[in-house]
Amino acid sequence: MAERSALDSSGIVPRSIQVGFVAAVIGLWFFLTLGGHVHLLLLPDPVKVWYAMVQLAVSGQLWAAAKVTLLSILKAYFTAVIPGLAIGFLVSRTLRSVQFFEPIFSGIFSVPLTLFFPLFIFFFGIGPNSKIAYGGLYAFFPVVITSIAAFANTDQLYIRAAQSMGASQLQLFRRVYFPSALPGILTGLRIATVVCVASVLGGETISSTNGVGHAIALQAELMETARMYAWVVYVVVAVVALNMALSVIETRTERK
Amino acid sequence: MPMSATQQRSQGQQFNRGRGAGDAVMDGKSKLAADAPVAIAVEHVTQRFDGRRPGQQVLALDDVSLEIRAGEFLCLLGPSGCGKSTLLNIIGGLNRQTSGTVRIGDTVVRGPTPSQVAFVFQESTLFPWYTVLENFKVSSDFQRSQASTWNDRAMSALRSVGMENFANHYPNQLSIGMKQRINLARGIFLDTPIILMDEPFAALDEQTRMVLGEDLSVLLARTGKTIVFVTHSLAEAVFLADRIVVMTARPGRIKATLTVEEPHPRSPDFMLAPRFSEIRNELFAILRDEIRQTVAAMREARDEGVVDG
Ligand SMILES: Nc1ncnc2c1ncn2[C@@H]1O[C@H](COP(=O)(O)OP(=O)(O)OP(=O)(O)O)[C@@H](O)[C@H]1O
Ligand SMILES: [Mg+2]
Repeated sequence: MAERSALDSSGIVPRSIQVGFVAAVIGLWFFLTLGGHVHLLLLPDPVKVWYAMVQLAVSGQLWAAAKVTLLSILKAYFTAVIPGLAIGFLVSRTLRSVQFFEPIFSGIFSVPLTLFFPLFIFFFGIGPNSKIAYGGLYAFFPVVITSIAAFANTDQLYIRAAQSMGASQLQLFRRVYFPSALPGILTGLRIATVVCVASVLGGETISSTNGVGHAIALQAELMETARMYAWVVYVVVAVVALNMALSVIETRTERK
Repeated sequence: MPMSATQQRSQGQQFNRGRGAGDAVMDGKSKLAADAPVAIAVEHVTQRFDGRRPGQQVLALDDVSLEIRAGEFLCLLGPSGCGKSTLLNIIGGLNRQTSGTVRIGDTVVRGPTPSQVAFVFQESTLFPWYTVLENFKVSSDFQRSQASTWNDRAMSALRSVGMENFANHYPNQLSIGMKQRINLARGIFLDTPIILMDEPFAALDEQTRMVLGEDLSVLLARTGKTIVFVTHSLAEAVFLADRIVVMTARPGRIKATLTVEEPHPRSPDFMLAPRFSEIRNELFAILRDEIRQTVAAMREARDEGVVDG
């Protein structure tokens, strides 16, 4: 993919632009709050939010909530990825099944599953399980859709060549189908990560007893906006860090 | 299919030529080929494919019989779509024929025979996700070769095509010509008595093609492998082959067989010899009718808006 290099964020110039952007956002935040342009209840100043962040970390609330949320995201992720890849590979075996299943999965994925969130609460309760099931199901679709395409696009030429050299079914998978499909699979895994984070946090915000999303919703309800923003900043930092880690992994595999 | 008349004639022609050539041969190498055991026997092979619409069938090969001797270099020549690739794939066990039998040695072919047959295809089949050397390693694993010497053998195969300095490159870092050299090297590395080549040089320019052809002639003279080689180039066929089999337009049958008496390795001087152009002209005369027929059939199909069976 040629555009990848243009989007590569490791160069000096893009880096400084990114840092500049963050600085500008914080600067704007100071300007708006200290200049009195917005009501302090809607947006407290950064210093106040910083104190709230420190307080959350010191009191142990941060870790307690983050543990619940991170674990839910991780469980949702594997709930989505393992069946997603397995079913994606099986469906890709024949053209007929691709033609049958692909539109079904794409169709379901285009419906906002948020509509059915109350059902997850009915079935799995108000604890983390409902968020895991919801996130897992939601993220299953991008994984299965991308992996069907990725596996089905494996060049017949390579398959015939491998067969002519006596490759077993397992070797065919390990040496041909899987490496050939890997770039597409990684795209699916990346989308799944985003979907899992969004749906677990979103689910916690709507209805839960625990976790970061629950904390944010609770502080908002109590009009403790400084604390609410403190949580939001933690989430943003975590998501940015996750994204950077994923980019590193992707460029590593791409070099192969 | 009304086939008896033409079929008889074409097979008769093949027989006469074959025997005539055999009798005339005096030099060592060709005599050896005539005495050599049959490496590949194709017996009454017919191949039908389902067409785009149900009930519409394509007859790709019509009762083809052919014997290829051990150590022989056989070229398959014929108009586009006459079933050359199909025949090669059937011999290699990649396609299952509709009827007829193929034997490699004494064994009936029922699937790929990686210990006997290696393929070199028109397009590179090096896996782009592995380096050249890793590709060789994976091929050797596919073959379930126990030999721990794969690295040495891979390097010496690469050396024989002048590509030893590219062992750690990824295929996409190489030109098409370089990739085809390496595909050739892998065919040799696989160490099978038979190599099937389906237009391996078709994607190359004329000059590279000639050079690779020479290299191939030298390489194979050393190893004594049995080769079936599909090509569209008359010069390439005459330069490389011990025997040239010309096929008819679809449905593919054997139209004629020509022998080229010239020991391997062949030098480029052979291309300047009068005999070279004689054989080439003869080939061209045989092929011309078939190509006309193919073109006419294509026009007809286009005008009717269908592809016939
Ligand atoms: N899998 C297939 N399904 C249906 N028809 C096929 C299939 N493979 C080949 N054919 C048909 O069989 C005929 C012979 O094909 P083949 O590829 O063997 O020709 P060829 O002699 O190798 O041609 P070329 O010189 O262009 O490579 C063609 O008409 C082709 O359309
Ligand atoms: Mg072909």
